Amino acid sequence: MKKFFWPLASLAFFAATLIAWKLAADARLINPLWFPGPDRAFAKLWEWIATGALWEPLGKTVWRMFAGWLAACVVGVALGAAIASSSITRKLFQPSAEFLRPLPASAVLPPAILILGLSDAMIVFVVAFGCVWPILLGAIHGFRALDPRLLEVSKLLNFSSRARVLKFQLPSALPDIFAGMRVSIAIALIVTVASEMLSSQPGVGYLMLVAARAFRSADIFAGIIVLGFLGFATNALLHKLEDRLLRWRVP
Amino acid sequence: MGSVVPLSVLALWEILSRIGLLSEDGFSRPTAFLAAGAKALADGTLLEQTAQTFSAAAQALLMSSILGIGIGAILGLFRPLERAAQLTVDALRPIPSVALIPLSLLIFGFSRNMSAAVAAFACFWPILIVTTSAVRGIDPRLTEVGRMLGFSLLHRILKLALPAAIPGIMVGIRVAAGIAIVVTVTTEIVSNPRGLGHGMNLAAQSLQADLMWATLLWVGVVGWLVNWGLERLERRWLYLR
Repeated sequence: MKKFFWPLASLAFFAATLIAWKLAADARLINPLWFPGPDRAFAKLWEWIATGALWEPLGKTVWRMFAGWLAACVVGVALGAAIASSSITRKLFQPSAEFLRPLPASAVLPPAILILGLSDAMIVFVVAFGCVWPILLGAIHGFRALDPRLLEVSKLLNFSSRARVLKFQLPSALPDIFAGMRVSIAIALIVTVASEMLSSQPGVGYLMLVAARAFRSADIFAGIIVLGFLGFATNALLHKLEDRLLRWRVP
Repeated sequence: MGSVVPLSVLALWEILSRIGLLSEDGFSRPTAFLAAGAKALADGTLLEQTAQTFSAAAQALLMSSILGIGIGAILGLFRPLERAAQLTVDALRPIPSVALIPLSLLIFGFSRNMSAAVAAFACFWPILIVTTSAVRGIDPRLTEVGRMLGFSLLHRILKLALPAAIPGIMVGIRVAAGIAIVVTVTTEIVSNPRGLGHGMNLAAQSLQADLMWATLLWVGVVGWLVNWGLERLERRWLYLR
């Protein structure tokens, strides 16, 4: 009994939230034109799933998101390792990275559209640009934070610099890199959806903006549920991956 | 030494566009867009757009602070409620803020409220989480004192819990302030015709690449300054304690 108490309490709280949403919609506290009840939103979501209308836009959104994010991971880790390798490169490049990090990723959309046009490649580029900074800064920090004793060990064992990087520096930098990757996957979703909305490229973001123009509020809420689930799933996936890859770490 | 990289990038950019390797339609060139930026600063358009963006971000920060600190304090004081609400928080938090742009557009139309509502959603979560854990972490003896003195719930929150939790909450608000500006600019770029985001869009659509790059640079400088200022403020404030 005790084992089930907290899961049940959590579900009860969640159900209460849904009921409050339903009651607020039924009472027409907010104009029903903008605010459908959960029944209408989930019915629309089910319709999308049943007719298969959801899969193509969702597939496009997921593809852009992961393509940009993976590119950012590769570039971020490689650049981070290079910049962290000496104090000169660090002093040269780190201030620029710190300056670019708070820049809203969506702010590079207008120049990207002007230069690359309205295309998939443009969106993937902007997503990668937005995602790269947390990973890069995490990698610089991680590669630097190697225990000096390990560095001495690698010298004693006559490791080549490649072996040193692969056997000591990369594993010790992984926790910091993963922290950056987790921040970045959330950025990737946001930037992907924003890009789709601005550039009218088919995807979940564009689907929702079209629905808003036609006052189809159930579609908007169904889209919000889909994107919320996507954010939840990618975050959970990364946590799983992190636990698995960093199992050697002393908790 | 940190300025070597940006300066050489700008110099290379200038050279490449002068010899025609970079198209002037898209890339403009540093001397041109610095001039456009100076002009936009002098005639006040940039400052007006900045004020619009900042007012929306400030409104978002205010709304999310009130809601986040209020709800966070309640969740932090009542552990059972916090545990029960965890699932709901975990289900709502991953919703990307931009997913709310179409809805906010429908409700508020083109307005400051539209940007502020979307940004407030994004800012709410860090403030909520930080406040909950800060209030939860306050000395249990303090809570006991409150109970013994027969303080009401509101009294306990305002007089005991919040003052003790303020350093933690400040960290959440600083994080949220950065988020507020980023999300506000994003809403302006995607759909709301006001502020710096729209300024960039408008410049791009009217093929004024120089003005577009100037505004982008300005957004970067302003964002960096805000971050820097908030960090200074927080450090000074913690130092005073």
